[in-house]
Amino acid sequence: MTDSAANGIDQDLVVHLGKLARLELTDLEVEHYTIQLEQILGAITSISEVAAADIPPTSHPIPLENVYREDIAVPGLLHEDFVPGAPSFEDDRFRVPRILGEST
Amino acid sequence: MNDLIRQSAATLAGAIARKEVSSEEVTRAHLERISQVDERVHAFLFVDPEASIARAREVDQQLAKGALSSPLAGVPIALKDLLATKGVPTTCGSRILEGWKPPYNATIVNKLHAAGVVSLGKTNMDEFAMGSSTEHSGYGPTHNPWDLERIPGGSGGGSAAAIASFESPLAIGTDTGGSIRQPAAVTGTVGVKPTYGGVSRYGIVALASSLDQAGPCARDVMDTALLHSVIAGHDPHDSTSINAPVPDFVAAALNADVRGMKIGVIKELQGEGFQSGVLQRFNQSLEILTELGAEIVEVSCPHFEYALGAYYLILPSEASSNLARFDGMRFGIRVDDGDDRSVEEVMSATREKGFGAEVKRRIMLGTYALSSGYYDAYYGQAQRIRTLITRDFVAAFSQVDVLVSPTSPTTAFKIGEKLDDPLAMYLNDIATIPVNLAGNCAMSLPIGLAPEDGLPVGLQIIAPAMADSLLYQVGSALESALIDRWGGLLISEAPSL
Repeated sequence: MTDSAANGIDQDLVVHLGKLARLELTDLEVEHYTIQLEQILGAITSISEVAAADIPPTSHPIPLENVYREDIAVPGLLHEDFVPGAPSFEDDRFRVPRILGEST
Repeated sequence: MNDLIRQSAATLAGAIARKEVSSEEVTRAHLERISQVDERVHAFLFVDPEASIARAREVDQQLAKGALSSPLAGVPIALKDLLATKGVPTTCGSRILEGWKPPYNATIVNKLHAAGVVSLGKTNMDEFAMGSSTEHSGYGPTHNPWDLERIPGGSGGGSAAAIASFESPLAIGTDTGGSIRQPAAVTGTVGVKPTYGGVSRYGIVALASSLDQAGPCARDVMDTALLHSVIAGHDPHDSTSINAPVPDFVAAALNADVRGMKIGVIKELQGEGFQSGVLQRFNQSLEILTELGAEIVEVSCPHFEYALGAYYLILPSEASSNLARFDGMRFGIRVDDGDDRSVEEVMSATREKGFGAEVKRRIMLGTYALSSGYYDAYYGQAQRIRTLITRDFVAAFSQVDVLVSPTSPTTAFKIGEKLDDPLAMYLNDIATIPVNLAGNCAMSLPIGLAPEDGLPVGLQIIAPAMADSLLYQVGSALESALIDRWGGLLISEAPSL
């Protein structure tokens, strides 16, 4: 357990972020990323000093608006198009691991 | 025609159109070059010579029938490996997509096909376009043709190296923070990041959707203009694609004239951290532009110093969301599958094994920046900086027509030199990132070799959104003045390999 830094980065948080991001991190990775995230965030914290709250945020470089099209059916992909790229495919469906908690 | 691989795309297209040479001959010459040098350069991840030759023959037949009119018909091209190509492996430089063949084509790929441009293959890149050196590829680094021990830039190092080593006259890159321009700068080639929305993103594997933009790579300005005109235009499949007529980039490149133009030098992008030889060549180019009749004005963009910080919060945030789709369920590899494993376990094992160190680092950073309690302090704040940077550009463009800066603070560094220092690596993009945050357009073109190391230096021209034509006008003016001095393109000075 490392000391908690100003931005809250410590090994527990890195393990938690790994869970959220679905990354099964090794102990060595947890150690590295704790140091590196701390360094990177430390180097960019200056941005919190610049923009005041009255500056509107920009999420996108061009104004986005919803795009509509006529509701006309067009041919889509067929099974045989994406079967070869799927890791597991069975009975016309993607085969996935169990998604509920109970054991099989 | 002699030495087919050293000709420009424009020259090749002209000769093919006049039946002086066939697309098949041109394609074979480039495939031959790839087989000779790519073992050392490693620009390509995938080449299918038979398919390329078959396609070139088809184009030759279409041309013979007069069924094809395009300014680049028959010319070969290299495609960055994050463009979806139907039935052709597309890895994004990542092991997580090893062996995956997309079921559809990116719009750019369809446009190139319709224009009779012949694909030579897919080029190496930093994994999911995260990097400035192509060292973060899951398939090993690409080498800079100027010095094989050095990086070719990134993330599009494969595309830039393919052009610089005469393996292809043209390439497609994508630019999220400089991934077309910085590789162009360090390989002595030309690269253009079009205005955001100017070229369709459909079928381009997303890194950061509000920043990503595909564009042309070539050895001279005219070739980038020709390629840009082929790939540009509105696409109903991309909701962020601009629905406006495509300007005549080729006419702009022919109008190589900067007389009376005001060119702004960005005060914040020339001092500390920039290599002396880079600044020396940059200042010489300013003198040339003055001699050509432009007025050089210094402008200040005070918020650019915060661009890197804002970028390294916005990019990882968007990337961590975009890369959530790589979960081992519908495409790519799957690790530790089994009846006793939960979906979370399989996803986590797959992503842990499939992603490389830099990708994981940025996913973690983005997950952090978007997480509850930190969102406002990081992501929210970064978006406000983005507004301030856009305002800096608006203020600058009220005083000048275009802006210029060195493209990259240094020339190509040694492979391995910055691999374990992410912060040092991120600084490569300091001059290119503001353009992506604001969504306007920019070009990098070669302006000479740095005296201290003999490696190429690039100059960046930045124009307002939708004013891409200005890049070609100013770029070709500067390029032709430099060609007059050098007696040819800078790339002809590169080692023969």
